Amino acid sequence: MITPKLILIVIALAPLFGAIVAGLFGSRVGRAGAHSVTIAGVGVSFLLSCYVLYQLATGGWGVFNENLYTWFQVGPLSANVGFLVDRLTAVMMVVVTSVSLLVHVYTIGYMAEDPGYQRFFSYISLFTFSMLMLVMSNNFMQLFFGWEAVGLVSYLLIGFWFKRPSAIFANMKAFIVNRVGDFGFLLGIAAVLYWFGSLDYTQVFNAAPTTLPGKSLELIAGHPWAAATVIGVLLFIGAMGKSAQVPLHVWLPDSMEGPTPISALIHAATMVTAGIFMVARMSPLYELSDAALSFVMVIGATTALFTGLIGIVQNDVKRVVAYSTLSQLGYMTVALGVSAYSAAIFHLMTHAFFKALLFLGAGSVIIAMHHEQDMRHMGGLKKYLPITFATAWIGTLALTGFPGFSGFFSKDAIIEAAHESHRWGSGYAYFCVLVGVFVTALYSFRLIYLTYHGKERFVVEDKHHGHGHDAHHGDAHDDHHGHHEPGHLEHAPHEPGWVVWLPLVLLAIPSIVAGWWIGPMVYGDFFAGAIANVHPAGAEAAHGAHEWHGPLAMLVHGLTAAPFWFAVAGFATATYVYLFNPSIADKAAKAFAPLYRLLQNKYGIDDLYFAIFARGGVGLGRGLWRGGDVAVIDDGIVNGSASLVARVAATVRRVQSGYLYHYAFAMIVGLIVLLGGFWLAAR
Amino acid sequence: MFANWPLLSLIIWLPIVAAVPTLLAGDKRPDSARWIALAATVLTFLLSLAILPNFDASSAAMQLQEKHLWISVLNVHYHLGVDGISVALVLLTTFTSVLVIVGAWGSIDEKVSQYMAAMLVLEGLMIGVFCAMDALVFYVFFEGMLIPMFILIGVWGGARRVYATLKFFIYTFFGSIFMLVGLIYLYFKAGSFDLATLAQVGLNAKEQMWLFFAFLIAFAVKVPMWPVHTWLPDAHVEAPTGGSVVLAAIMLKIGGYGFIRFSLPITPDASFEYAWVVIAMSLVAVVYVGYVALVQEDMKKLIAYSSIAHMGFVTLGIFISLALVRSQNNELAARLGMQGAMVQMISHGFISGAMFSCVGVLYDRLHTRMIRDYGGVVNVMPKFATMFVLFAMANCGLPGTSGFVGEFWVILAAFQTNPWIAALAAFTLIIGAAYTLWLVKRVIFGEVGNDKVAKLEDMNGRETFVLASFAAAVLLFGLWPKPLSDLMDAPIAHLVQQILVSKGA
Repeated sequence: MITPKLILIVIALAPLFGAIVAGLFGSRVGRAGAHSVTIAGVGVSFLLSCYVLYQLATGGWGVFNENLYTWFQVGPLSANVGFLVDRLTAVMMVVVTSVSLLVHVYTIGYMAEDPGYQRFFSYISLFTFSMLMLVMSNNFMQLFFGWEAVGLVSYLLIGFWFKRPSAIFANMKAFIVNRVGDFGFLLGIAAVLYWFGSLDYTQVFNAAPTTLPGKSLELIAGHPWAAATVIGVLLFIGAMGKSAQVPLHVWLPDSMEGPTPISALIHAATMVTAGIFMVARMSPLYELSDAALSFVMVIGATTALFTGLIGIVQNDVKRVVAYSTLSQLGYMTVALGVSAYSAAIFHLMTHAFFKALLFLGAGSVIIAMHHEQDMRHMGGLKKYLPITFATAWIGTLALTGFPGFSGFFSKDAIIEAAHESHRWGSGYAYFCVLVGVFVTALYSFRLIYLTYHGKERFVVEDKHHGHGHDAHHGDAHDDHHGHHEPGHLEHAPHEPGWVVWLPLVLLAIPSIVAGWWIGPMVYGDFFAGAIANVHPAGAEAAHGAHEWHGPLAMLVHGLTAAPFWFAVAGFATATYVYLFNPSIADKAAKAFAPLYRLLQNKYGIDDLYFAIFARGGVGLGRGLWRGGDVAVIDDGIVNGSASLVARVAATVRRVQSGYLYHYAFAMIVGLIVLLGGFWLAAR
Repeated sequence: MFANWPLLSLIIWLPIVAAVPTLLAGDKRPDSARWIALAATVLTFLLSLAILPNFDASSAAMQLQEKHLWISVLNVHYHLGVDGISVALVLLTTFTSVLVIVGAWGSIDEKVSQYMAAMLVLEGLMIGVFCAMDALVFYVFFEGMLIPMFILIGVWGGARRVYATLKFFIYTFFGSIFMLVGLIYLYFKAGSFDLATLAQVGLNAKEQMWLFFAFLIAFAVKVPMWPVHTWLPDAHVEAPTGGSVVLAAIMLKIGGYGFIRFSLPITPDASFEYAWVVIAMSLVAVVYVGYVALVQEDMKKLIAYSSIAHMGFVTLGIFISLALVRSQNNELAARLGMQGAMVQMISHGFISGAMFSCVGVLYDRLHTRMIRDYGGVVNVMPKFATMFVLFAMANCGLPGTSGFVGEFWVILAAFQTNPWIAALAAFTLIIGAAYTLWLVKRVIFGEVGNDKVAKLEDMNGRETFVLASFAAAVLLFGLWPKPLSDLMDAPIAHLVQQILVSKGA
């Protein structure tokens, strides 16, 4: 019997099955076996997810909410593993499985010569399983499971090339910084259990409007915090880790040490959006706290603008895209903060497509350039990589919000919502997201120009450097800036095979057209019941929905609105500086040297963290160990009392002299003392 | 089947009796000793599994009881019995013992028969501790355990084994003397060493206080809790792999077990009154010891400190439950905290056992425990590296592994007493990840560290069996801990009821 339950179980477990086969039996099934089984698994998941979304969108299915098994049971309280699948979940499932499927295919080409081929497929399938468990969960325990499981796979994949010191530093950093977020997240879950006595979404959401108001917690005596604010802020700290919001953003740029396919899948399209999804899922709780939402908004706005600025000064092609991801995550977070949850999810979706496209395109360039990632050694690649070039332009236009492209609709909805919001901090948020549009256009077109346009800044040499192409390619991953002088290539770059360019083309399509669904998804009732407050800016700007006259009207209106002209300004600046007059960039860097250095140093945040938390932590540990454990407890008390006993024993031993008259004397003294004692007591 | 057998006596005495032929096999026939020991532990494990069908998990009563008069003049009975908590710990013991014998197969070459015999005696005594229903029987097993462990570290230990064994012995003996004095006092009050009777005897606040601290010293040393923990790193460093595994996986649990069998039922009011002391000590264990673990250069020391930090959750869970039920009358949360503590005990058994076995695998090859002597092990030992990373993640409390379950519930329950306690406990998420992953980074990842590492061979079948068995347990109880919670729910609910009632006279 094919039931919805069975279909959902297959969706979740098919990638896990692929991961297990490719991981445990990788050498037996071989390379082709590994990629076939994992692609089949994710493919099945994708098709069924589409079916589920179709059923939910057309009303064929109602909301699915069922427990699969009981995980833990104490008296009346049970923690379960189960699925809650509504339209919000289904959209996430389709986004996750579609990008994952394309990345799986792309990986065949990208990792073709890597010795860890099967392991890589195993990891990305395991990731898909974990991410599905996260989005499909119907309770907080399983949410945390998925949350940490995607973190684990991210850790494994950032450190995939485990010989590189930078990679194994980056993956540890990513995990620990995420754990800082999870620290808050777990306490948030604890707060939920405290006030609701349940970890089940439906029970919690249904009870929220009656349970939370009026409840508070005095974290500091005399300063009560509203319950909804405590829960909202704590859970959002988790989102700050996973979705890399300031000040827990520092791990994401370093995560670029991982192979490019996972930068696209995990660190752009899906995992990093888990925080956004989580807040949208928890919207019934967040709607009860303006303070928590203002906190969310301010953090998001800060991230959107200030990480985007860093993107302008990066030279590594992947890092530019990484900072762009940070900035775009900030946009989504702002949308959450102004209660425009559907706009956040919509931008999450469009961003997943165009950012995966940009990353995979960057990967295509990196393969063609033999693992060169520095844009200063690129330029003029458009004639060598026509497909990548065309799709990169599409992705960039979508990212910068060119009217008609997907990013235009999703980003404008956010900016509009921030504009209309009256929540505390919304003025700052609107400023940040508006200026952010200029910044986005600037770094995006800078990347396009430095990479694909202008003069070639690399030399093609037709002689070998003492080892063959294959040998180099095979271990190039281990030291990608290694063997070659920068900017020297053995062969002219060329377009990689279809497994690489086909995913680019398939991602380019939704990057263009996905925005046209904005009507139902953001301004309609598509998410009704799944998330609270389905209309952007909520009651504060209900007229936002009334003004909605369809995507075409929005398009026309967009041409006269401020964000468009900010984008145009960014585009014009980038075009002038990086296409027509490249010397200006250097002059500007010199003229604004302090600012340039500040951005180059990422505002000094990484260095500060390293000094305080890494060095400081080790110093504190040494102090406690040497000072506390060794000096005080062991040398002082334990060995101290041992030597005290030894000294006392040495003294007392002299009493046992062996002379009879000593003992006799001692006995007499003892007898007198004893008798004296009795006499005193009896008196 | 087995319904009328004295199952508990069988699993206690079978390994101890089997130690005799093992010893008789002598050093000339090491393989005979190994096989006898293996057969004995496997049989004991199977017999301990036979408890389950004869056991009613829905009841909090002590089951499978055996009672015989032992010392009539003192009214001491050889009285055994188990509830769900005991069963879980007995199964942990018998399971781990099999793996310890298998693990020692190739790594112990000297005095094999004596090593195996000591292990068997130790196993029997530890099971005895978990089955004893008479305080004097408990005490005899409790102290008896020290002897084989003393021998294990003293004979097969490392360079500073004499210092470590003496420190271990005197530390723990020092602690248990206080317990003995407390028990004698109780005997004069109650006229019996029967644990159920002792739990009933009325004690005024002052008596309870003295007894509580006497028990606290004994069990805190055993757990070990900060600041009486410094024997553990030294003992682990010097102990042979099997000794470390038993010590971490089982012996430390006896401390936690003691709190719920002695402190809570016998001195409930003092336990509540001074719960803050234990809670504070537990939080120091999590934070302070976490930082100390971070800077260790010796793998075994690092894992030993990590053990102390993780055992902090056991004592934390037990004593916040007391606070929850007494000051908030929040029975459900108290049961959660207690469940968390007990699951943490079982889980830590698997994880620490596995971590020490992992170090053993490396030590057998390079004869060094220093982190700096390794690096890039994954390049030459991929199977081992996979296992190591899995257990490292379990040690970080990753959901899906058993390490998550206990910490999760303890933190959730702690939040209900005071969010700051929960926050300090949850700090383990960060510091635990930091010291564990830094260890992984330095030992497992990176380029091959040196020529010796380059020549390492991956795990053999025996080592794979040991680690895979631990891995199966870690994953099973991570993905489905319900069997554990079902097994222990009834006695925990009973215990929570018990500590709710003041016995102040």
